Amino acid sequence: MSMTAAFQEVYSGFKSLLIGMRITLGQFIKPVITVQYPRQTLKMPARFRGHIELVLDPETGLSRCTACKLCERACPSDCIFVEGAKREGQKVKSVTDYKLNFTTCSLCGSCVEACPFDAIQFSKVYNVVGFSRDQFSKMDLVEQLEQKRKEWKGPRLPPPPAPAVTPAPAAPANVAQSSNPKTP
Amino acid sequence: MRFLSLEPIRILLYLVGICAFVGANAAYLVLAERKIAGRIQRRPGPNEAGYGGWLQPVADGIKLLVKQVMVPPGTDGLLYRLAPLMVMAPPLICLAVVPFGEDLVARNINVGLLLVFSLGSVNVMALMLGGWASRNKYSVISAARVVSQNVAYEIPMLLVVITMLLATGTLNLNEIIRQQAGWFWHWNILRGIWTLTNPLIPVTFVIFFICMLAETNRAPFDMAEAESELVAGAFTEYGGMGFGVFFMAEYANIVVGCSLATVLFFGGWQSPIGILSGPIWGPLWFLGKMYALIFVVIWIRWTFPRTQFYGLLNLSWKILIPLSLFTLLLSGALITLTKLL
Repeated sequence: MSMTAAFQEVYSGFKSLLIGMRITLGQFIKPVITVQYPRQTLKMPARFRGHIELVLDPETGLSRCTACKLCERACPSDCIFVEGAKREGQKVKSVTDYKLNFTTCSLCGSCVEACPFDAIQFSKVYNVVGFSRDQFSKMDLVEQLEQKRKEWKGPRLPPPPAPAVTPAPAAPANVAQSSNPKTP
Repeated sequence: MRFLSLEPIRILLYLVGICAFVGANAAYLVLAERKIAGRIQRRPGPNEAGYGGWLQPVADGIKLLVKQVMVPPGTDGLLYRLAPLMVMAPPLICLAVVPFGEDLVARNINVGLLLVFSLGSVNVMALMLGGWASRNKYSVISAARVVSQNVAYEIPMLLVVITMLLATGTLNLNEIIRQQAGWFWHWNILRGIWTLTNPLIPVTFVIFFICMLAETNRAPFDMAEAESELVAGAFTEYGGMGFGVFFMAEYANIVVGCSLATVLFFGGWQSPIGILSGPIWGPLWFLGKMYALIFVVIWIRWTFPRTQFYGLLNLSWKILIPLSLFTLLLSGALITLTKLL
């Protein structure tokens, strides 16, 4: 190696060290990006897949689910159990029971894709803990929707009619009674 | 107040002061190091103990003190116990001659620089003894590394100091600082350029700084404690406060090295702007410059990865020694020429 090449190597090596130090100093003066987890939480991104949940229709304040059971059929791990009933004065069924067995769910999303009414979506819940297995093997999505409705600030029209006790077709005589419904 | 100037009282005060300074420095430089490392990696660093983590050194200290100091079977008991003391003592003695202010120096002796460099090598021997006495393969490898590394870096370090001595003409640290009075361009790091005693003095400083990093076993030259290869190097078998003392000594050595760099190149307790000097401002300027240099040491540690061992020796024997010899010859020639003309 010639003399000038040796000097050039030393010079370029030293310069590269200075560039490295400039980069770390740049990071040093930038703000800290740590999220102090239990005290601060991040908003989950739009495509995050938590367990599924029933969508609260922003127009009615109710679930859009008609208990068509397409999701139940689409599920490859048989972890969805839907039951529905016709509410009084409604032409289609609405969901009365929606159980998710989250212990076998693989979050594949087939149910969300299969739903023709966009009634289910992935929730953004990621810190799920519980004291019993049943909290996950029999996750009650209708109950969760009710909890959500309590904080719901949007329109509540029409108010939810009382669900019929039996899935039998609604008698026309009951229509008059449903004009003064109670929230379930 | 007169009794404070009595010699025994004065020595006692300096002794206590230096020990306290070294202890507090070691504790809080560890915190500063962890905080700066955190900031460089965009995280906050320790922030749970006390407001912003300022009690972290106390918590660490209690943790280390509570741990039992074990002497593993088969070790050389005396040397094993002696090594932490021998590694801690030299920087404490060195600080006795470091002038923090014009009058704030424990012992203003005429060969202060010589004392610092002669004691700087004891540190190496202590690490070697500690590694050897531990009866551990990793420690022995580390001890061998420490010796070859420090032998390699002692040479350019001393060549650099000789270069500085040609210009200063004295070994008294306070006298070296007095020569740099005035504005910041009177400091040695800039004065060499315009007085034509050593135009390459910034290079001299860089060599000094690199050698100081290597002598104090700091990353990227922390071959003694290469935790990814040698567990903890010479400290592998040490636990509790035995390990803590090694750690404190490392930071004490950094303080000594940065103080020396401040004295030799940055005008010690001299103010950079000509005014605001005196018994109060002097030590503040000194500490400010010293801590700025310590910040650079920490900054370097968290920027560069550890070098390989032959890379480390190549840097010294192939680059630093020739360069420092060249600056020494250049400086000598220029000083002789200016005297002749």
